[in-house]
Amino acid sequence: MSDRARLVPRRRVPPWARFVARRLAAGLVVVWGTLTVTFFALHLAPGDIVDGLIGPGAAATPALRDQVIAENGLDDPLLVQYGRQLAQLASGGLGWSYQLNEPIERLLGSQLGPTVELAVSALITALVLAVLAATLTAGRGRVVRGAAGLAELLMVSMPSFWLGIILLTVFSYRLHALPSIGADGPAALVLPTLALALPLAGVLAQVIRQELESADGRPFVLTARSRGLGATAVLLRHTLRHALLPLTTLAGFVLGSLFGGAVLVENIFTRPGLGRVLANAVGSRDLPVVSALVVISSAAFVLINTLVDVLHPLIDPRLREGGTA
Amino acid sequence: MSTVTALLDRPAAATARRGALLRSPARLAPLVLLAAVALVLVFPGMFATHAPEATDVAAALRPPGAAHWLGTDQLGRDVWSRLVHGTRLSLLIAVGATLIGVGGGALLGLVAGCGGQRVDFALMRVVDVLLGFPELLLALVVVALLGGGTVNVAIAIGTAGVPHYARLVRGQARLVLRSEYVEAARVLGVPAWRSVLRHVLPNVGGPLVVLASIGLGSAIISGSGLSVLGLGPVPPEADWGSMVADGKDFLQTAWWISIAPGLAVSVVVVCTTLIGRSLQLRAVR
Repeated sequence: MSDRARLVPRRRVPPWARFVARRLAAGLVVVWGTLTVTFFALHLAPGDIVDGLIGPGAAATPALRDQVIAENGLDDPLLVQYGRQLAQLASGGLGWSYQLNEPIERLLGSQLGPTVELAVSALITALVLAVLAATLTAGRGRVVRGAAGLAELLMVSMPSFWLGIILLTVFSYRLHALPSIGADGPAALVLPTLALALPLAGVLAQVIRQELESADGRPFVLTARSRGLGATAVLLRHTLRHALLPLTTLAGFVLGSLFGGAVLVENIFTRPGLGRVLANAVGSRDLPVVSALVVISSAAFVLINTLVDVLHPLIDPRLREGGTA
Repeated sequence: MSTVTALLDRPAAATARRGALLRSPARLAPLVLLAAVALVLVFPGMFATHAPEATDVAAALRPPGAAHWLGTDQLGRDVWSRLVHGTRLSLLIAVGATLIGVGGGALLGLVAGCGGQRVDFALMRVVDVLLGFPELLLALVVVALLGGGTVNVAIAIGTAGVPHYARLVRGQARLVLRSEYVEAARVLGVPAWRSVLRHVLPNVGGPLVVLASIGLGSAIISGSGLSVLGLGPVPPEADWGSMVADGKDFLQTAWWISIAPGLAVSVVVVCTTLIGRSLQLRAVR
């Protein structure tokens, strides 16, 4: 009886939900750790926080300094300030920007849209280009594969800011085909998207081609062929699906390279967005904005990895419970 | 870089054929190019046609030609000569950053790999979290804490590389410590710290060099990226990245100011990547 009573409520939680909960809890620890490290790094960093708050414009008289210290509670013990920041974050606040004199959540909220737009369009472009390049070159002769390898090497080695500058020079200033700055309308999205997508496509194409080539001659391909499926049908229905699987494990890397690239690309194309906010905040040492962005990106990283772990068994039947990998 | 690390998580094979690097032209070309770049780095005066900081407003924004091979910038400075003199700063930042990354990573990796289970667990969780961030973002955070400038940029990029090297060293250290010859040494009464110095370090060295040669390329990209954002060397000092930033506002009329230093970055990165890959192939084989 007592055994039964203990078993029943346990059964109500499906294993996948418990798995997700565990992953999210672990992720919360990561975000908390990131927040803690940035908080203490920020307060131990050389340079005075009070000066940062006053800004270079105003004269830092002792009276003004005292006022700033009192307003921000900077004379409280470090642990009290740390607790206050945690409480603030728990209620959804990210703090106050030193330089822009604005709540950070409002600042980031207004800049989130353009960056997400850029990142999503770059991700789609990179995936399409990589799949096309990989399927067209996998298993071909030495010359084709050599050329593809060289192109991929160039894409990976070219800094995204230089790619952006070449695209700007050629398509905006020589051919006058596309706008050079801003974020108005789809035309303004084309060049930044390419600058962000091409280096990523170089990496992804290498991975996909390797997978496609390793799938060649595997039993599932032979089976499909012997059922009378043409080479193209096998590629589209079986091999490609097999080759795209490992990409899900690269999701964290992709997210990181999109955001890291956005910092430079948004700067080159004078586009609004989180990347420019970060670059400006670093330049003016607006530390609360920097730490808010770090905490947000660690949260995004945790979310994407949890999502990948949850989706993986859905895409790959071999990973489902009871299956043999 | 993370995909590379995965490949390197095995002990280096000692059977690499010496001289194979020099036999194939595809492997020789990047070495020759990098040697040329090194020559420019050591003797910039031999290659520069003008003084890099000499301004000549009358000759501002000239396109590439006989007098100025790569044209002039908005102040009439010779772009080729500035490129030649910028080589030293660009590469020193990258090499310095790589050394910082390798040093910090080796220290952290050895402590984690040779220390107790709790130390290992704690350090590796930190490393895992850091690996989640793109290198440029980590470097930006360090620059935000320390401020910009040549030295701080090198420290920032080096710090951002530490987790990659730490993971590699830690994995290698664990492998070596479990091997029979270390066990034999312990039986013979060799203290643990001596085993680490005599056995672990030499075995970690090879893969570390391979990873560093690939890491050098990404350090050049990150370093010039930070300079493009205006966080690098303070004028009149200039590296390739800050030259790109200088020319950014003149793209419409004078594309050569930014294109030339960006090309230099790309060429050097292609070379280091190619060398890193062939070293890596030799190590895995």
